Amino acid sequence: MENQSTNQLINYTLHLADNSLILGHRNSEWCGHGPVLEQDIAITNIALDLIGQARNFYQYVAQLINKSQNTQVPRVSAVGGDSEAKKRASEDTLAYLRDGHEFKNCLLTEQPNGDWAKTVLRQFFFSIYQYFLLEELKKSKDSQLAAIAEKSLKEVTYHLRWSSEWVIRLGDGTEESHERMLKAVDELWPYTGELFEAANYEQFAAKEGFGANPSSLKTKWEGKVKQIFSEAALAFPKGVLQQTGGKEGRHTENLANILAELQFMQRTYPDSVW
Amino acid sequence: MAATTEEKILSVLETVIDPEVPVLNVIDLGIVRDVVLHNEDEVEVAITPTYSGCPAMDVIALNIRIALLTLGFKKIKVNQVLSPAWTTDWMSEEGKQKLKDYGIAPPTPKQQVCNEKLFSEEAIQCPHCNSWHTHRVSEFGSTACKALYVCDECKEPFDYFKCH
Repeated sequence: MENQSTNQLINYTLHLADNSLILGHRNSEWCGHGPVLEQDIAITNIALDLIGQARNFYQYVAQLINKSQNTQVPRVSAVGGDSEAKKRASEDTLAYLRDGHEFKNCLLTEQPNGDWAKTVLRQFFFSIYQYFLLEELKKSKDSQLAAIAEKSLKEVTYHLRWSSEWVIRLGDGTEESHERMLKAVDELWPYTGELFEAANYEQFAAKEGFGANPSSLKTKWEGKVKQIFSEAALAFPKGVLQQTGGKEGRHTENLANILAELQFMQRTYPDSVW
Repeated sequence: MAATTEEKILSVLETVIDPEVPVLNVIDLGIVRDVVLHNEDEVEVAITPTYSGCPAMDVIALNIRIALLTLGFKKIKVNQVLSPAWTTDWMSEEGKQKLKDYGIAPPTPKQQVCNEKLFSEEAIQCPHCNSWHTHRVSEFGSTACKALYVCDECKEPFDYFKCH
């Protein structure tokens, strides 16, 4: 029982970490390409916050894996190396040495940047989700998850405000910006449903009191989207087929592209250091 | 004697500067949360990041270690704590004055826009000419902890250390 609990805590925390890392990486691709300097800085600041959150989660996962005596626990390939010293997980091995199918991020976070409308809408969808999730996670029985949530929530509040403003600015902007926002909604909406479909480890986390069941966040999330969409002159989509699988490691081809770049150095020059 | 050692620790920590805002030390910033003196060889310091992704934290932890080595400690532990989350309310008044002298508007004492309200703007005083006639260019600046403003009076752009 103890082992199962640790295992699920690891999976759950990895999922939280992967969401932040992958979206953070996507946002970082804007570095030097933003529409104006100030917004280039804004999106890369958000990337930095997300990658910082990912680091906190990965460090915690590594600690759990290394502490555990159960060889079944590290259900990740990221405890590589032959020497004794290297047979340990770290934030770096978890980010750089796991394969695509081991990543548990939601499909939404790996979607390509597209244009600015798509990027800010993706951020908006994710930030609302993160905002309500972290509010619950602050009350986690696991003190480290609660601490990371408390810390991250302050940053996510900025992200949510910033991305909401952009959705309104573009949705209720010019004819072209409105058109682009409509297209972004079409492209991203099929990946929003997955956020609220609880994976095994999320159900377990909710039951044990260290995590939240995402299905309980759906109403609040939809309420916020409706509120901002009405200000942005955008219709709330209905009856769109939803894609799922990311939380269980079944990803779109986009994740492989991200990892090819993200993990390139460690894969090509193993153990290289900065 | 113990009090003297603690005073020494405090003054040596005041020499550890934030590499990204080089007028503030770690005490001014309020990121040193605890110092535990185990014995004359062993000390433990708890620090908290300003933002989760603050890239200065690793350098700051290293510099705290180096500073404490100069006091002759042999076992130094620098731990990161996340809760309670850092807030600009922990910044010293001295630190705020140093920021202003350096040309960065210090954080406002009341948390006015640390919420999800849209399109709101804080009234920020220009650190150069003291005018309140300023406006925000971007709520994200050169580092995670700052926003970009410009003064409508003296026309100078400036950084604002945003309340958090």
